[in-house]
Amino acid sequence: MRFVKPLMFIGASLFGLALSSLSLGNEAHLKLAADADTGLVMARCAICHSVDYIQMNAPFLKRAGWEAEVKKMIKTYGAPVGDDDAAKIIDYLTRHYGVE
Amino acid sequence: MTTRRNVLQTVLGGWALTGGGLGSQLARAALPQGALDSAVMERLPGKQPLIKRSYRPPNFESPLSYFEDAITPNDRFFVRWHLMGIAEVDPREWRLSIGGDAASKPFELTLEQLKNDFDPVEVVAVCQCSGNRRGLSDPHVPGVEWGYGAMGNARWKGARLKDILARAGLSKETVEIAFDGADRPALDVTPDFIKSLPAWKALDENTIVAYEMNGEPLPHHNGYPARLVVPGWTATYWMKQVVSIQALSKPLSNFWMAGAYRVPKGKFAFADRFVSQENETTTPITEIVVNSIITSHTDGARVTRGQPLTLKGIAWDSGAGIRRVDVSRDGGRSWEAADLGTDLGRFSFRPWQTTLTPTETGPLVLMARAMNRQGSTQVSELIFNNPGYHNNVIQAVALTVV
Repeated sequence: MRFVKPLMFIGASLFGLALSSLSLGNEAHLKLAADADTGLVMARCAICHSVDYIQMNAPFLKRAGWEAEVKKMIKTYGAPVGDDDAAKIIDYLTRHYGVE
Repeated sequence: MTTRRNVLQTVLGGWALTGGGLGSQLARAALPQGALDSAVMERLPGKQPLIKRSYRPPNFESPLSYFEDAITPNDRFFVRWHLMGIAEVDPREWRLSIGGDAASKPFELTLEQLKNDFDPVEVVAVCQCSGNRRGLSDPHVPGVEWGYGAMGNARWKGARLKDILARAGLSKETVEIAFDGADRPALDVTPDFIKSLPAWKALDENTIVAYEMNGEPLPHHNGYPARLVVPGWTATYWMKQVVSIQALSKPLSNFWMAGAYRVPKGKFAFADRFVSQENETTTPITEIVVNSIITSHTDGARVTRGQPLTLKGIAWDSGAGIRRVDVSRDGGRSWEAADLGTDLGRFSFRPWQTTLTPTETGPLVLMARAMNRQGSTQVSELIFNNPGYHNNVIQAVALTVV
């Protein structure tokens, strides 16, 4: 059985390389709101999923909602995100994709 | 961008803002703006254009127009994956392992053996994502923000799971049967998607390991070469690309059973229980709730006064079968029976239709409500739950009569 080389996705994401050649469909065209932390969010969140997951879940989560999502990604799914980066990602998501 | 909310407010004028229950219900039934904005119609290989919810893992739903027929064509069938590592299965190399601590005679099947060693059976059954319509929750809840189309109805052909398990020497201690597919997470630490059924449901004569869908091999994105088909239960149990079936003497304990796909106890009236996985407050989701949709008309459609229009749709439930579908043209105050179409089996979509003639110009809100043979019907107010499951709120479509 051949897999869609998930490890290649990981490497590409962690080192900030273009996802386009490895992504399905037009994932590479997805654009998140641009600011200083966009790269961090792309690099961490896109290890396991395309960032349209962020876009479609907006705007209705408050900070606590985004915090719960980020913690679920880390605790349940094992996303390799340290405390400092998690705080930045939660801030970013609340800022651009949250309410209040 | 025009949202459903906007359309309805435009069509209904002040009614949506000032009216009674109906107006507020209609105004609520909208996807999050971000889900509307990020949705595009795109083709996966072998598929007609579907509504893209997410690229990776691929989650694509069928637009309402694809439910014109009671059977959903394979290339129009929705796509739902949990993990991004999706296997390209070589049918010659594919093996189905049957074993587990409660099976004394573990064995393997090739695809040819699966097809030839067991009596083939067919069942028409609705495959519906547990989270179908999650995007219409009020308040919104996080997850894949599905509209109405994370479902489909197909004629599945395969081997009865109970016939396969009969060869495995199940012990009397068997409480659950667990299923793993060939998909894998990106990270080793991410819980693999493995699900279990209570033994009684696994051994139900309608539960099959399907290798054909509507007379053809399963599409890759619907579980080629074989998937579990669990008529009446939501699609979380319909393991795609199944490679392992394990008989267990103890309940499966993983995130996908203990932490996901669970509903609050007591909120929904169910016949099917999954006792070995229940806890104090929640229980695994089990059967599909009775539901219906209007497929012939969408919000904002223009129709002509004095001209008969044929309203069509589909209705379904978990297998009691549809007793009746009623249509309202006055916001749910009065209902008239629609005609039911061909019965393809109790687990299938049941087509319905009715003809009516608009007599006045202006907004015309049409609603459809199904009832099954046990008397269960759709709700007018959402039964809110955090995961956004079991949304069978009566659908309303706002037409404009000109």
